[in-house]
Amino acid sequence: MFEYAPAPESRSVVDIAGSYGLFIDGAFDGGKDGNVFKTVNPATEEVLAEVAAAGPEDVDRAVAAARRAFGPWSALPGAERAKYLFRIARIIQERSRELAVLESLDNGKPIKESRDVDLPLVAAHFFYYAGWADKLAYAGFGPDPRPIGVTGQVIPWNFPLLMLAWKIAPALATGNTVVLKPAETTPLSALFFADVCRQAELPPGVVNIVTGAGDTGAYLVQHPDVNKVAFTGSTEVGREIARAVAGTGKRLTLELGGKAANIVFDDAPIDQAVEGIVNGIFFNQGHVCCAGSRLLVQESVADELLASLKRRMATLRVGDPLDKNTDIGAINSAAQLTRITELSEIGASEGAERWSPECTLPDRGFWFAPTIFTGVTQAHRIAREEIFGPVLSVLTFRTPEEAVAKANNTPYGLSAGIWTEKGSRILAVADKLRAGVVWANTFNKFDPASPFGGYKESGYGREGGRHGLEAYLA
Amino acid sequence: MPKSSSVKAPAEPGRLSVRKTYKLYIGGAFPRSESGRTYLVDGDNVALASRKDARDAVLAARAAQPKWAGATAYNRGQVLYRIAEMMEARRAEFTALGVRSSELSAAVDRWVWYAGWSDKIAQVAGGANPVAGPFFNISAPEPTGVVAVVAPPSLLGLVSVIAPAIVTGNTVVVLAAGPQVAITLAEVLATSDVPGGVVNLLTGRYAETAPWLASHDDVNAIDLTGVDHPDVAIELERAAAGTLKRVIRPVTGGVDFTADPGLRPMTALLETKTVWHPKGY
Repeated sequence: MFEYAPAPESRSVVDIAGSYGLFIDGAFDGGKDGNVFKTVNPATEEVLAEVAAAGPEDVDRAVAAARRAFGPWSALPGAERAKYLFRIARIIQERSRELAVLESLDNGKPIKESRDVDLPLVAAHFFYYAGWADKLAYAGFGPDPRPIGVTGQVIPWNFPLLMLAWKIAPALATGNTVVLKPAETTPLSALFFADVCRQAELPPGVVNIVTGAGDTGAYLVQHPDVNKVAFTGSTEVGREIARAVAGTGKRLTLELGGKAANIVFDDAPIDQAVEGIVNGIFFNQGHVCCAGSRLLVQESVADELLASLKRRMATLRVGDPLDKNTDIGAINSAAQLTRITELSEIGASEGAERWSPECTLPDRGFWFAPTIFTGVTQAHRIAREEIFGPVLSVLTFRTPEEAVAKANNTPYGLSAGIWTEKGSRILAVADKLRAGVVWANTFNKFDPASPFGGYKESGYGREGGRHGLEAYLA
Repeated sequence: MPKSSSVKAPAEPGRLSVRKTYKLYIGGAFPRSESGRTYLVDGDNVALASRKDARDAVLAARAAQPKWAGATAYNRGQVLYRIAEMMEARRAEFTALGVRSSELSAAVDRWVWYAGWSDKIAQVAGGANPVAGPFFNISAPEPTGVVAVVAPPSLLGLVSVIAPAIVTGNTVVVLAAGPQVAITLAEVLATSDVPGGVVNLLTGRYAETAPWLASHDDVNAIDLTGVDHPDVAIELERAAAGTLKRVIRPVTGGVDFTADPGLRPMTALLETKTVWHPKGY
């Protein structure tokens, strides 16, 4: 492997303050009871900032602000709402380098990804939904679609700003107002987004950001004056939210966990498939709900494919997220590292064979080497449970029917991958996979025009595209 | 006013009429409740479905689902139209059970309406997505799977909850109110080329059986339209959260089934699948 000189992105483009308050009714303020928490750079364990932890009274204030703003905001002509969203999209484009560096600092993801994937998609998402704001009557949800009201949105730490965009852009385009809670380990980009809203002169109260941990989120989704709840996160929390909103009449969409099968048939171009497998499981450190975490490879090509995959994995660069050559950054938190470590140990103890390329991990921060398990059976926990890390479980199959049966043998149903040169097989297998997104001869592609969301216990509702409007229209 | 079968059979001097036994409809057959229980409705002994019957019905619905979903949309449309034909032919039987003629007509027409949707909903609810890259990208609706239904009591209501579920390829386990009318509808279905297991109808008390369906791991969605107790609806929605079932909540004040149903009864029981493929030489 070639030696690469360090190529760090400068962090001077982002100015992180020592402390941040909540963004309520167009202004920042400290939480009512003064509780704060620290957000750290997972690559160094350096504290980046102290952030206010919103308590019940703070959430009440945010919801009240969103309620006050709802009347005027929903009464605005769609074309005017659209212009605010276009402004936001443009400001994000203008500040994308700053926001990309910020995201890599707070989340640990490689700058290559925050710069080339997250931020372009964030801007594109606002741009896309901006265009819908004055065309809702043509969206196929009736001649006079109405907004729902105040939306309570809770998002995860794996794509902090992108998940914010997926939630806020369609909510605002349809005339709803927002109280959003970012994840406690990655609150900063949402707070910078609050500043983007101020720059765009978005009316106060239309977007409110409340930072905090799970109890803040629980209080928000159970708030009696929230009309619609949107959540992206674990299936377990999704169940709790579904239980909590039962009987309240609140609208609910959930984008939850996954255990996607990435199916490689014997006629697949091996090099392309290997790139797809690597992208499928190691993109964003495997912190991806739709990650291709179960590789199903046809038995006749398994040896060749695995040899090639191991060669490719040996070239992955793990390290400084701000280095432009880095492929795999830091694990987002100590807690997540513990979960990945534990499940990997269980994988080995249940009899699967573990392999990682030689790689030197930094001394400080949270790191996990890219890992594959071979000899995995469907009964192994690493084949059933979402690991949410750079860990791939490899299973084999002999016939397409067996591949489909194994792929569908999971309570999840978010995504799947198919690698074959045979068009008719792609279409037949895609038809039979119980998953909301099927990538054929590609993986982990996202676009604001493309609906995303799961079957079964991966949740319900779709984000993106025309379909993404439905969750926000009465 | 519904009449008992003993009353509705035309009297013929000197001849004892042959009465109908109202049984369950599971997997295309008409079994009694495995529990052996019946309850009296307007003079008829009607099968009182048990938890085990509900689970058997889920098995039948699951077994039938892939083939029904895999049938062509054209074929499903023809089957639904056939239901309308068979129902029209049995008008007298429904009328004898007290169904008003106008409601009966509306119910028949509803089958015809949904029959036509079978090969149109995919184009209305799906389509090509203009993504920013060299990809073929298409979204299409697919049935969510097995749907449990707590049906409203009227015939039009019953048809209005079954038809939108099955037209797209779902299979259903229906907890029916108005048991004689529901089982008469089952007899229509059984003679309409509807494959066994696509529609399963249970008579009895939904408060007893619905919780088992709401928490059943192999049920994908639950339609609570016929639940008339708010507390029961909340309990069922909570139970459904355990496996993240899609839930159609009951409407306060009830549904006006004479109105245009719109797309939601169908789309609420559909998943959207999006398929990507690169373009290139």
